Amino acid sequence: MSVPTKMKTKATKGVEVWCRFTNWCGIRLENETLLGYMLLVPTFVIVLGLVGYPFLLSVYYSFTDKTVGGSAPFVGLKNFIDLAKDHIFRQTIVNTFNYTVTAVIVKISLGLLMALTLNEVKLFRRVLRASFLLPWVVPTSLSVLAWLWMFSPQYSVITYIARQLGIVDHAIQWYAKPRLAMAAVQTVNIWRGTPYFGMIILAGLTTVPMELYEAAIVDGASYLQRFRFITLPHIWPILIVAALYSFVRTLGDFQIVWILTKGGPLNRTHLIATLAFRTAIQGKALGKGAAIAVFLFPFLVILIAMQLRYLRQE
Amino acid sequence: MATAGTRESVGVQESDQIISRLRQRLQRVNWTRTLVLTVAITFFAVFTLFPFGWMLLTSIRSDILGMSKAPFHVTSDELTISHYRMLLTETKFLLWMKNSLFVAGFSSVFAIIVGLLSAYSLGRLNYKGGGTAALVIFATYLIPPALLFIPLSVVVRFVGLKANSLWTLIVVYLTFLVPFITWMLSSYFKGIPKDLLEAARIDGASRLQAMVLVDIPLILPGVVSVFFFTFTLSWNEYLYAFTFINRATKLPVAVGVVNALQVGDIYYWGELMAGALLGSVPVVIIYSFMMDYYLAGLTAGAIKG
Repeated sequence: MSVPTKMKTKATKGVEVWCRFTNWCGIRLENETLLGYMLLVPTFVIVLGLVGYPFLLSVYYSFTDKTVGGSAPFVGLKNFIDLAKDHIFRQTIVNTFNYTVTAVIVKISLGLLMALTLNEVKLFRRVLRASFLLPWVVPTSLSVLAWLWMFSPQYSVITYIARQLGIVDHAIQWYAKPRLAMAAVQTVNIWRGTPYFGMIILAGLTTVPMELYEAAIVDGASYLQRFRFITLPHIWPILIVAALYSFVRTLGDFQIVWILTKGGPLNRTHLIATLAFRTAIQGKALGKGAAIAVFLFPFLVILIAMQLRYLRQE
Repeated sequence: MATAGTRESVGVQESDQIISRLRQRLQRVNWTRTLVLTVAITFFAVFTLFPFGWMLLTSIRSDILGMSKAPFHVTSDELTISHYRMLLTETKFLLWMKNSLFVAGFSSVFAIIVGLLSAYSLGRLNYKGGGTAALVIFATYLIPPALLFIPLSVVVRFVGLKANSLWTLIVVYLTFLVPFITWMLSSYFKGIPKDLLEAARIDGASRLQAMVLVDIPLILPGVVSVFFFTFTLSWNEYLYAFTFINRATKLPVAVGVVNALQVGDIYYWGELMAGALLGSVPVVIIYSFMMDYYLAGLTAGAIKG
């Protein structure tokens, strides 16, 4: 019994010290509003100083010829006009759309299937849930290495399996053909993101009252009807919020493409983030790079506004 | 339930027939159900786990290039730990792990301190403007690094952070960790009852005293789980680390393994896969111990509270 007492005296001592300290400082902060704002100060130093300010700086840079370590001469709309003429940039915008929309739609569909499957399983449910989420848990840059290896031109195990199944009769050049390269980076994104949707939707499924299903079964509703009229309306809000979040994350994706294809072949897998990196960090043209990255902003504004509106409604 | 009703109106024999017929139907349905479920589970298991199996297999085989001819034919004399040995002795892998531990540990601690204060403010106190502040912080969480890495590369210089310093990463990671923690912990604060707080206030505790002595101890379990979640977020970060750190000795593991094990066009696949696996171990350990909290953190972005 001596240990708890010891801890207790230690704790009360701490209480005493803290009370004496705050009283000595005369800090009582009885005003709720004042205390509320004061506690937000450190967070807003970070939000304004390391997110808000850099963002404005980025917008400013996009109107200049800023280079790494150099000055930032104002050039007006030159960067944007250059970009509009640049076929690589136009290709990148198309790629980013294709990448994001395709990947998110497939992730939602597969995630929904994963959740519905797991929801039906009784045996080993926990183990299955835990292992299915692994792609989302591990560092993406490291798991992409496994895919880099699985898609490698000469030793691709995926090609090997496809050959054994008789689907193809030659080595698949994953990184040489634009369509295959895009499919490859999308596959990795889908692989990583599907479990996220799976788990979110599964969490939503468990909130649907069982009585509704029982009543529907008595009424003779088929599985599809039950899904359409009971399950879907219940998980819809969660699905929307998760989809918006996934759109934001996929739109700003960098590492999958950078490690797998570096934007090739023929810039057909470049995303806004990878092109901005190549231009600004490798090419040292910060101004032009910033102009590329800024193109993310309008889409982000729409997605974030939708997200916030949805959260507010709840 | 339905059969209990029928048992009274019809004879026992008849109701038994109905039950057995129902059972038959159920069993028939169950077969297709089991088949469909098995196929689906197998598909998802292969889809999600095959890359990990392939990593492991590659990392313990000696003749990696020979794998192309018969990838799944493994003989015992092919097995080797040489890739792991080379990874640990000939590369800076252990240093990268140490760097990651340093960055993830410190950034999580600082972010928790800052985030705890704002979470308390937003989750526990009632005042005008709090709701707007919460939305601003949540919006910050959604801004991707892709939009910020270019200007931040300039900002960190004139804040006084040196090139290739791990402290740069610690500071920069606060941009996504603090909003995340604020969001998570403020919902924890909303979930705990106010009785104790009110009792302490009646006993004469000031607001600040009550906060530190009553409310914050109550959500310590939440703080611990959020700490580990933010730890994995830091550990997994790639773009900022890739942009701000150029020296091989200062890289976190998520960048180090990717950068250093490719010489020209030659990839050291065995070592790469060994490094990818070992570099994932800390987050997988955290995940396996805190899976339920991890899932809660996952859904926090999507489901409020």
